[in-house]
Amino acid sequence: MADIRSNFLGIKSPNPYWLASAPPTDKKYNVLRAFEAGWGGVVWKTLGSQVKNVSSRYSAVDFNGGRMMGFNNIELISDRPLDINLKEIAECIKLFPDRAMVVSLMADNDKKSWHELIKKVEDTGAHGLELNFGCPHGMTERGMGAAVGQDPEIACMVVEWVMEAANIPVITKLTPNVHSVVPTGRSVVKAGTNALSLINTIQSVTGIDLDTLVPNPYVAGKSVFGGYCGPAVKPIALKFLTTITQDELTKTVPVSGIGGVSTWKDAVEFMLLGASNVQVCTAVMHHGFRIIEDLCDGLNNWMDEKGFNTLDDFIGKSVDTITHWEDLDINYHHIAKINQDKCIHCGLCYIACEDTSHQSINIQKGNPYNTYTIIDEECVGCNLCQLVCPVDDCITMEEHREAPEYINWIEWQKKGLPLNDH
Amino acid sequence: MIESNKLSEKQYQENFSDIHPPYESSTAAKVDANRCLFCYDAPCMKSCPTSIDVPKFIKQIATENIKGSAKTIFSSNIMGTGCSKVCPVEKLCEGACVYNLLEEEPIPIAKLQRYSTEIAMEKNWKLFERKKSVGKKVAIVGAGPAGLSCAHALSREGIDCTIYEKESKGGGLMTYGIAAYKVTPQFCEDEVNYILSIGGIEIKYNQELGKDITLAQLKKEYDAVYLAIGVGVARQLAIPGEKLEGVVDAISFIYDIRDKGYSSVPVGDKVAVIGMGMTAIDAATQAKRLGAKEVTMLYRRTEDEMPCTKHELDIAMLDGCEVVWLAAPQKIKGSQGKVKQLVCSKMKLGEPDASGRRSPVDTGETFTLDVDMVIKAAGQTPFEKIIKKYKLDNKNGKISINENCATNIKGVFAGGDAVNGGKEVVDAVQAGKDGAFSILKYLGVKN
Repeated sequence: MADIRSNFLGIKSPNPYWLASAPPTDKKYNVLRAFEAGWGGVVWKTLGSQVKNVSSRYSAVDFNGGRMMGFNNIELISDRPLDINLKEIAECIKLFPDRAMVVSLMADNDKKSWHELIKKVEDTGAHGLELNFGCPHGMTERGMGAAVGQDPEIACMVVEWVMEAANIPVITKLTPNVHSVVPTGRSVVKAGTNALSLINTIQSVTGIDLDTLVPNPYVAGKSVFGGYCGPAVKPIALKFLTTITQDELTKTVPVSGIGGVSTWKDAVEFMLLGASNVQVCTAVMHHGFRIIEDLCDGLNNWMDEKGFNTLDDFIGKSVDTITHWEDLDINYHHIAKINQDKCIHCGLCYIACEDTSHQSINIQKGNPYNTYTIIDEECVGCNLCQLVCPVDDCITMEEHREAPEYINWIEWQKKGLPLNDH
Repeated sequence: MIESNKLSEKQYQENFSDIHPPYESSTAAKVDANRCLFCYDAPCMKSCPTSIDVPKFIKQIATENIKGSAKTIFSSNIMGTGCSKVCPVEKLCEGACVYNLLEEEPIPIAKLQRYSTEIAMEKNWKLFERKKSVGKKVAIVGAGPAGLSCAHALSREGIDCTIYEKESKGGGLMTYGIAAYKVTPQFCEDEVNYILSIGGIEIKYNQELGKDITLAQLKKEYDAVYLAIGVGVARQLAIPGEKLEGVVDAISFIYDIRDKGYSSVPVGDKVAVIGMGMTAIDAATQAKRLGAKEVTMLYRRTEDEMPCTKHELDIAMLDGCEVVWLAAPQKIKGSQGKVKQLVCSKMKLGEPDASGRRSPVDTGETFTLDVDMVIKAAGQTPFEKIIKKYKLDNKNGKISINENCATNIKGVFAGGDAVNGGKEVVDAVQAGKDGAFSILKYLGVKN
């Protein structure tokens, strides 16, 4: 069995799965249930000034019969009194000393407030702090949350305040509601943050009730932009993560990956792109804490199969495979191939290629089943047919290099090679 | 002993409840609808005699556009609701579903079709608007699937239709010839009314061609005539003892169950059913469900040649009906005028016949079954007498038509069972559409 223990800035946990700062981590009852289920750690729901929430708070995007492909919330930071939160944090640490307890913070925008809050949290015995510079709703209007994360200078200033007072590791959580997360990332690394985490939720409107004509979530005839998360945001999170793990400065600190992690495969992908661990929320809000079992088991089996003994053996392994377009090998070419034994004659490859791609699939009419074959000379190797095919391994992409040697776009132009393929 | 009222009312209700229950919620329908791959040039659509755009109507269920879904179905098949209950889908749309090739359950197309169309009927959605009357009149003989389908297609184009029906209810074999656990009499009536709700179609009941009305009369009074008279009684066995009390025709038996009610139809204790088509299955299962102790189905060939589907045979087997393959009735013995025994020849398969199926050959051996009732379901015969009387070109009583659905008499068209000798409801619906198309061309209403 592989060793899936995680060590993030000295914060140890039996596995790399933390629950993200969110409703599942806002009180002792939930956190103890999570620890009993096997979660490696939690980031306690953001502490700060007392707030008041509204009803309703969540909405979701369903897709083709599947629920909660994307999820949205308009909750604020913890609305429980600070004292109770602090007391419960300490109790949880005592009951489960082997789990990671990180506390999310969002103090009012002055140095004194931050210093006071950090002192109180450190007194609980918490292992780390996560600065919430990402919350995109409710708090931004008060100059907090994403309002801080969207401005590198303000973010830098707040991190400097924090680092003056903090004695335990500090993770700064970044908002994706920016063109690039790198400027803020660099700024807070310079200011001394020990680590980064990303992404927070993305501002969104999940949908409109077509009877009332009011978007969801519904609050007395109105709605607001909410924070989007869940499986739908994973690709965006992976992109933002890569920009951080490829940047010369930001890659010097560990990163906790967040954004649509639902399965062990998602977690592996975040770690391959440089995340040291991952945080999960929507998946447990959908299915409960019990999903931790397969998150650990699947990861373990995959590591065994691939020969990775520890997490560090594969963390970051895919970072360098994401390059710039102009470095791609133009001589690489592959062509689709349809396995006629596996084909179920649904015609989805044909209509996709015919209507929207390169007319590279031949149709031979039959009753009731047509036969579809690839026209090799026309296929540009775009993958579309393979992507729409409902049968595993029915359509494969076979390598047919144009030439053996690597050549990129810049050299191609320099050599004056032909541009028009048609 | 042959008697009626063998069971309690509760038992009848249980035995004749809907064999394919509908979805209980929209969520359930959407789960199945979302499984549909939305195939291009879909095999299911190609396997439907009326070419319903199956992927489209299922996608419309998935997007909660139920009205659109129902219209997609009814545009191709105005009896889409009834067909969803009676079609042998395992050899049509569902049999062609590509999931079969993955060894997965096919999409429950019929159940989804029933879902949309029953909502449409229940809400009485007016999905079709009749064009302004063009001042042409067409007489249709027979208010079965072919006649109704033809009338609806004509009425949409502004033709005024009058249907002459020999029975007191519309729907034809849908109403009178199909097992009650598939469609209820009430449903059949509702379906006919829903089709008629487009307007421009009048049905004159209890009007039989050759008795109450003549073809010459219709030809004179209308611009065109469509004959959708269907087929008649069960084929005679032409064996001794056929006149004994207890020998009944499957169609009449099924008809009585529909018309008189379960408790009023007499059924024996030991019943033999001759034939292995859909009607034979409907007769056998219903005999069992009416309280017969033993039902034995006899077929002169084997399972490989049987006309019914495997699915239908399974229904009969699950109902406890026995099947004897390679058995041909030779004579029915009786005493005091009542059926007592059925003597059968043991057959074997010989050379393929004209239909391509291996034909049964008598081995010379016989066996005898003790029975008190024999139901004949070895196919139906056309209304040969009337067809010959009117000098309509025909093949063994089946009306001959050309590629324009026209008979040899000018202005007289025909379709459905009367032409094909007896096929599925869905085939008759398509025949009605084809007939209407030809009539519109003939009348110069459409090119």
